[in-house]
Amino acid sequence: MTQRVNPKVEPERVIELEEVVLEGMDISGHWNRMFEQRVIWDYDVDAMDRIIDLDGGESFGWCYQCAQCVAVCPVDHVGSYGPRKLVRWVQTGMDLFTSPELWLCTTCANCLRVCPKEVNLMEVMPAVRKEAVMAGHVPAELQDVFEKTARYGNPLGKNPKRRHAWTKGLEVEVPLISDLGRKVEVLWWVSDYPAYHPRGIDASRALARVLHRLGVDFAILGPEERHDGDSMLRAGEEGLFEMLAEHNIEVLNRYEFDVLLTTDPHAYNAFLHEYPKRGGTYNVVHYSRFLADRIDELGLTEEISQKITFHDPCYLGRHNGEYDAPRELISALPGAELVEMWRIRENGYCCGGGGGGMWLDGHAADHQRMRLSEKRVLEAVETGADTLCVVCPYEVSRFEDAVKSTNNDGRLQVLDIAELLAQAMGLPTD
Amino acid sequence: MKIAVLLRPVPDPVEELELSDDGTDLDRDFLGYVLNEFDDHALEEALLLKDETGAEVSVWALGTADEVDQILYTALAKGADRACKLGDDLGALDSRAQATLFADALGDEAPDLILTGVQAADELVGQVAVLVASALDLPHVEVVVGTEPVDGGIRVTKEFWGGITGDYQVALPAVLGIQAAREAPRYVAVSRVRQAQQEGNLEERDVTAPEPAPGVKVVEMRIPEAGEGAEMIEGDEAAAADAIVEILRRAGVA
Repeated sequence: MTQRVNPKVEPERVIELEEVVLEGMDISGHWNRMFEQRVIWDYDVDAMDRIIDLDGGESFGWCYQCAQCVAVCPVDHVGSYGPRKLVRWVQTGMDLFTSPELWLCTTCANCLRVCPKEVNLMEVMPAVRKEAVMAGHVPAELQDVFEKTARYGNPLGKNPKRRHAWTKGLEVEVPLISDLGRKVEVLWWVSDYPAYHPRGIDASRALARVLHRLGVDFAILGPEERHDGDSMLRAGEEGLFEMLAEHNIEVLNRYEFDVLLTTDPHAYNAFLHEYPKRGGTYNVVHYSRFLADRIDELGLTEEISQKITFHDPCYLGRHNGEYDAPRELISALPGAELVEMWRIRENGYCCGGGGGGMWLDGHAADHQRMRLSEKRVLEAVETGADTLCVVCPYEVSRFEDAVKSTNNDGRLQVLDIAELLAQAMGLPTD
Repeated sequence: MKIAVLLRPVPDPVEELELSDDGTDLDRDFLGYVLNEFDDHALEEALLLKDETGAEVSVWALGTADEVDQILYTALAKGADRACKLGDDLGALDSRAQATLFADALGDEAPDLILTGVQAADELVGQVAVLVASALDLPHVEVVVGTEPVDGGIRVTKEFWGGITGDYQVALPAVLGIQAAREAPRYVAVSRVRQAQQEGNLEERDVTAPEPAPGVKVVEMRIPEAGEGAEMIEGDEAAAADAIVEILRRAGVA
């Protein structure tokens, strides 16, 4: 047999043993052929070293370019970005710390789910962003939100004293725990968008009515509550997160309650995983689970003759494993039909709001073909659903905007599960 | 080069502003304060000059609000070298009183450049920079939108009306009223501000508010009332656009 000679392989650098038996297996000759070290790295490794040296950045160096992540990355579906590509760009010298690519990851965690090497961008991104934030390299729109949150305790820049103004004129009572001066069963952590955004307020008022009908002994914090900080942490503003968490833990530790009920999956995530590290441990329950456990008491009597599709929030589903509660509730709505989109549950598509993406719409628009929320709304429309049901307060405004920008106004309505339940319970509306 | 930046807290409009009982001022008992936006730009311009020339930047504020400490610590965290708070619990001061106190404090410091916002949310007449320059007998330029250090002084761009700008070369020392910095005010991470607070490098000096000088006196302050005569145009965008074009035609401008 003639030996094929690769001109780039110098024969003297080929190592091949004539007779080798390893653990009983004959691997003589070409079966054990190896090559001496050749040039495999033509690039400056500093760009990668700076990342893997960070606390939380180590796994970025584990990537072996298999590209499993690219198939599931929501940002990859609407642009040129993808986790594998990001690693490759850094390997070839890209400075991620000052690159616009740094701000596209929504920390949705779908890449980590499929990654055989466990490259954890949920740790890498905040670590690199933290350095960028400390150096002042922050997209202007996110900078504005950081400043508002630091000053007012909410990313909308609203008056902190009016955090409970949404309860005005409601026919049911929503007491402040500071006014009650006693223990409550449920302390409801309302969060920012449910307290200030007009559509968030709709859902909050519906949920207040539902809780009242259930006879739950509940109260809210009102002006004492501040942003939970979870998304600020993912966006790299660790100092801001610390400041918020310290305040919130001090406030929560002042009161007695059995259950901390959260509307926002990001707050839920913070209370489950971040606050305990800082001395704040609570029995935290997301409202979808709280209500799903009380389906029989809800008194769902009114027909909801709608086809309803459901969007899994990343920080409720993939991050914290709750996929069933919202579906149990939708399925219990009289006359309603649950129709699923093609990317659901563990593979649910991100709305684009996580990891600071909520406040980077302009940046995303500059670097993507479309917003993630628009992609998701198109998937919802494809199912033929009348209603897109959500259980995360970031989503109502994101998806309603996306319905309009994709010319689907009038074809798909976006409703919080609390609004659907209140309808089915025959509760008053505003 | 030594640069002094004057920082002023102004009422924060995020809260509902209410009038005092005698109707001549805001009810300041319930006000929150934020840094005057124009002063934030003055600070940014000073820090850009520091980046370029290695100038020493000091920041100065009058103790007219609780938020002053936070404002000064934020400036230190952004890169100011010194921060000084003049007085405490001074209450609201008019622009003449502010300028007098700033000028008294800065006289001995002899900075090469004094920067402050061209105006403030509660001082739209823009007198503070002018009065400081007058008290210290220094040249001044107002409505500045950019600076450039040059031999023997500083070159500044002043904005006029209608998009016209003029470049001036100014001998130092001088006072500049900043309309906008060359770049948007930089971001400073919360942890840096907290670090500055912990270090606590705030100089404090006792000052006494001067007697009110004869000048403009507020007789009455009012919340704007809704007027009449507005025409609400009904209909969708196309109909509204047609209606607007028709109004402009009638007015002879289209």
